[in-house]
Amino acid sequence: MNNISMGQYLPAGSPVHRLDPRSKLICIALLVPAVLMTSNPLGLTLVSLWTLLVVLLSGIKPGLYWQSLKPLWVLLLISFVLQVFFTPGNALLTLGFIKISREGLLYSGWLLWRISVLLLAASVLTFTTTPLQLTMALEWLLSPLRRMRVPVQELAMMINLALRFVPTLFDEARMLLLAQRSRGTDFNSGSIKERVSRLTPFMVPLLTNIFSRADELALAMEIRCYRVGAARSRLHVMRFRPADYAALFLNTAILAAVITAKAL
Amino acid sequence: MPCIEVEELTHVYYPGTPLEIVALRDIELTVYDGEFIALAGSAGSGKSTLVQHFNGLLLPTAGCVKVLGRAISDKQHRQQLWRQVGLVFQFPERQIFSNTVFEDIAFGPRNLGWDSTTVSKQVKDTVALVGLPEEILSADPRTLSGGMLRRVAICGVLAMRPRILIMDEPGAGLEPATRQLILANIKEIQAQHGMTVILITHHLEDAAVFAERVAVLHQGVLLSIGPTREVLSQTELLHRAGLKAPFAVELAQRLSQEGIPLPSLPQSIEDVAQLLQQLLQTNGARPGGASL
Ligand SMILES: Nc1ncnc2c1ncn2[C@@H]1O[C@H](COP(=O)(O)OP(=O)(O)OP(=O)(O)O)[C@@H](O)[C@H]1O
Ligand SMILES: [Mg+2]
Repeated sequence: MNNISMGQYLPAGSPVHRLDPRSKLICIALLVPAVLMTSNPLGLTLVSLWTLLVVLLSGIKPGLYWQSLKPLWVLLLISFVLQVFFTPGNALLTLGFIKISREGLLYSGWLLWRISVLLLAASVLTFTTTPLQLTMALEWLLSPLRRMRVPVQELAMMINLALRFVPTLFDEARMLLLAQRSRGTDFNSGSIKERVSRLTPFMVPLLTNIFSRADELALAMEIRCYRVGAARSRLHVMRFRPADYAALFLNTAILAAVITAKAL
Repeated sequence: MPCIEVEELTHVYYPGTPLEIVALRDIELTVYDGEFIALAGSAGSGKSTLVQHFNGLLLPTAGCVKVLGRAISDKQHRQQLWRQVGLVFQFPERQIFSNTVFEDIAFGPRNLGWDSTTVSKQVKDTVALVGLPEEILSADPRTLSGGMLRRVAICGVLAMRPRILIMDEPGAGLEPATRQLILANIKEIQAQHGMTVILITHHLEDAAVFAERVAVLHQGVLLSIGPTREVLSQTELLHRAGLKAPFAVELAQRLSQEGIPLPSLPQSIEDVAQLLQQLLQTNGARPGGASL
C-alpha cells in the first residue's frame, strides 16, 4: 500500500517538469506512431534511447519507474509467454505439445519492446505533469473542436473533476480498508464467493462517502458561481519556451526519420 | 505491566521518492496496562501514524514496537492483534454499512467467531454501557444524527471487548456535551473493565479531565510524556507543539502573574473553584492581600 502507483505526479523540478504540458502531450502524440511504425531494430533502438534519455532527464529515480510499472509487467510477461507458445511457425524447440517458434519469439519480442517504450513514455508524462496541467493542455489541443460545437471546456472540467477524485477515492478506500481490517475483515483468504461477500462493508460506505463528497463539491462549485458555458479566466498561463521548441523539434525529427526509413 | 513498548520507532511514508515524509522520528514510549493515556499534537504531528502501529496496520520503518509482549514484526502476532486492540478511526461513522444499528455493531463480534447468542448479548450490553436506548438497535443508521452515529460506531469496536482501546479524535466535529458524554462513558468502562485507553486529541481540556498521562507529539517527535498535571503545566512546550493549555492552567498562570499564586496547579474549572475557595478561607476575605 506504500508504493508509488501509476499516474501519480511526483514533484522534482527537473527540465522535463518545467516543459509546457502542451508540448509534452504533443511529444507523446508524435512518439506513439514512431514506436508503432518502426519495423527495423535500429529505428526502435533509436526511439528507446531517446525515451531513456528523457527518463534520466526527468529527475526521478529509474527504480520508481520500475516500481510503478511492476503490476503491469506481470501481465506483459504472461501475454509474452502465451504468444510465444501459440504463434505458429518454424519450431525452434519442442517440449511435448508445446512448440516455440521463431516467428512467435520474434513477434512477441517486438511487441514487448514496443509496449515497454510506450509505457515508459506515458509514465514520464504522468510523473512530471500535474492532472490540472494535463487537462489544461488537453483543453488547448481540443479547442479547434469548439467551432464544431463540441463543449471542450466542459469536457476538460469533467476530466479535471474525475482526476481530482482519484486521490480522494484512494484515501477513502485506504481508510475503509484499514478500519474494517481492524474489525476483523480478512480480505485475503477464503473462496471467491466469501471474498465478494466480504466486500460489502468496504464497498457500501465507499460509494456512499464518494457520492456525498461529490454532492458537496457540486454545491461548493455552485456557491462560487460556476455555470456551464460561462467564460472562465485562468490562474496559470501556459507558455512555450525554447526547451519546448527543442523537444517538439526532436520528436518531430524522430517521427520523420522513422517514416522516411519506412518509405525507402 | 507495560502493554505497549515503543523503541526508537521511525516511520517514513514513501521512502526514497520525492513524496517522502518522515511521519515519526525516534519515538520512545511505554503504555501500561489499564491506564488512560492521551496523545496530543497538532494536525500532521503523526498521532494517527503512531497508533496504527499499535494494532499492526503499519510496520515500523526502523525501531521496534511490542504490543502485549510480542513484537508486531511477527506476522502471526500482528494478524491477530485486532482481536485485542480496538481502533476507532477518525470519523468512524463513515464506515457504517448495515441497514440496522444492530448489524453494524455485531460485525466485529461475529468476526471474532462468537456464537449468535453471545454476539447479541454483547451488542445489547455495549449499547447499554454507553447509555444508548435499546430501541436504537433496530434503527436504520441513516436516520440517526451525527453524534448518535458516532456513538454507534464506537460501540462497534467496544462490543469486541478489546484489552486496549485506541480512539482517534472521537470528539471531532461534535458538540461539547456529546464529546464529554462519550469520554465520560469510556472512562467509566476503563475503570470497570480494566481496559487500557489511548485517546488521541488536540483538546487538552479533555486530556486534563480524563487522562492519567499525556504524551505530546510535534512534527513526528515526542516532545514530552508524563503525568497529566506535569505535562499540562508546561505551557511553553504546549505552545511550541501548537496546542493550547487548558483554560484552568492559563487562568492559574495569569492569577500568579497578577500576584495571586494558587497553592497547586488546577486542571479544570472545578479545581480552580476549589483552590480559590481554599485561598479565601485561609487568607480571610481578601486573597493574598492582592489588590486588583
Ligand atoms: N497514508 C499516508 N501516505 C502518505 N503520507 C501520510 C499518510 N498518512 C499520513 N501521512 C503524512 O504523515 C504525517 C503525519 O500524519 P498523521 O495522519 O499521522 O498526523 P495526525 O497527527 O494524525 O494529524 P491529524 O490531527 O490531522 O489527524 C503528515 O505529514 C501526513 O501528511
Ligand atoms: Mg490523524
